[in-house]
Amino acid sequence: MIIASNVSKQFGKLKALDNVSVNCGKGECIALIGPNGCGKTTFIKSILGMVVCDSGFITFNGKNIKHDWKYRENIGYMPQIGRYPENMTIGQVLDMMKDIRGKKNDKLDEELINKFGLIQILSKRMRTLSGGTRQKVSAALAFLFNPDVLILDEPTAGLDPVSSEMLKEKIIAEKNKGKLVLITSHILSELDDLITQVIYMQDGKLWFHKSIDNLREDTGEEKLSRAIAKVMTQ
Amino acid sequence: MKKIIKYVIIDILRNKIVLAYTAFLLLISISIFNLEDNSAKGLLSLLNIILIIVPLVSLLFPAIYVYNSSEFLELLVSQPLKRKTIWLSLFSGLAASMAFAFFVGAGIPILLFEATPTGFMMLGTGILLSVIFTSLAMLAAVKARDKAKGIGVVILLWLYFSVIFDGLILFLLFQFADYPLEKLMVGATAFNPIDLSRILILLKMDVSALMGYTGAIFKDFFGTQLGLIISFLVLVTWVLIPTWLSLRKFKHKDL
Repeated sequence: MIIASNVSKQFGKLKALDNVSVNCGKGECIALIGPNGCGKTTFIKSILGMVVCDSGFITFNGKNIKHDWKYRENIGYMPQIGRYPENMTIGQVLDMMKDIRGKKNDKLDEELINKFGLIQILSKRMRTLSGGTRQKVSAALAFLFNPDVLILDEPTAGLDPVSSEMLKEKIIAEKNKGKLVLITSHILSELDDLITQVIYMQDGKLWFHKSIDNLREDTGEEKLSRAIAKVMTQ
Repeated sequence: MKKIIKYVIIDILRNKIVLAYTAFLLLISISIFNLEDNSAKGLLSLLNIILIIVPLVSLLFPAIYVYNSSEFLELLVSQPLKRKTIWLSLFSGLAASMAFAFFVGAGIPILLFEATPTGFMMLGTGILLSVIFTSLAMLAAVKARDKAKGIGVVILLWLYFSVIFDGLILFLLFQFADYPLEKLMVGATAFNPIDLSRILILLKMDVSALMGYTGAIFKDFFGTQLGLIISFLVLVTWVLIPTWLSLRKFKHKDL
């Protein structure tokens, strides 16, 4: 569904992405793993067109994203740090996004809005929200429009255990509907029961992209965290 | 596009600074017209105040607004929207608010007290100046990632257009006093929209007789239909070029 070929991006002297090529198919739940500053977020942002890559190209459903913008209709994005217009209320932000996306109400997926209890605090201004509540708004927005692809950048960071469990259930449910889910996270133990494939990056380079079963076989470890630790120390 | 313009304008209204700016202009123009017994003289006093305040506010407010709405822009860019639509909507919203603030704050008193060709000229150039400096501010804001730097650039731009440019022209005039520079001066005004507006308005007034030989040359050019059309085209170019440059930059910006 998403194919990246030889994508490179440089910020000044830093090579954030170095010849990354990945092929992500439907129905997969892929974990993007790597040390801090290895280019995970840059990679995600270049899929979304927020960062324009220097060379290489990315296609979405066979179309180059460079001159396309409509493809973003099929993506739900949850940023690492959700930044929203500070003096808007939660309700206004939700309404604005619905208005901009122009989707009919009956096609919306408001499950997370209800589960996270955002309904009760719709009139709170964004600037007064705690980090966790912001994450809840980001998550609710990512799932709201029933997209085919979900891109979640550290989704559970800052969420309380109950909400984080709700979010995980939701991610599994969506994966089972045949959607593509891309997740980055540093809490590997959480990913165990979610993911089907692993992409490991370091210093802007793609080290490997394999299925979780292959990774387990190759390293002889059952737990993802141990398997990754083994890879990193090799 | 309309939807985004709507959200930008709602946000600007909520901000209240533009409302304060409108009230300030309204206060100044009404009090000036009431102070002077001759409303034509009032217009002249108003001219000098407007040519300083309008560019300053139209540069500073949009620049700060663009920096402060970086979250909003980030949110929009990840949505199924063209970057061109996002940027032009932001520009339209800001330009419309600044122009409308000028229209209400200065335009309505002008229409009430001095609905002459001079008054209309002032109304027209004032609205154009608001839009021109909004587009310059957005260019500065998209070029400089750092907020302090961007706002500094904007203040320097204002100093350049309202003070330094005139100084340079005077310097040139004195240095090359032996040469006939009058025609060149007509061309030089194209490089400063504030000067161009000032000349366009002054020539509509009787005071232009006091400007001597250069004034006569100016009158020869700007007084004609063709000169007027060219001047307005120049002012419109001052809107289009910065907007085009900032749009080109925004399309490839990493957010």
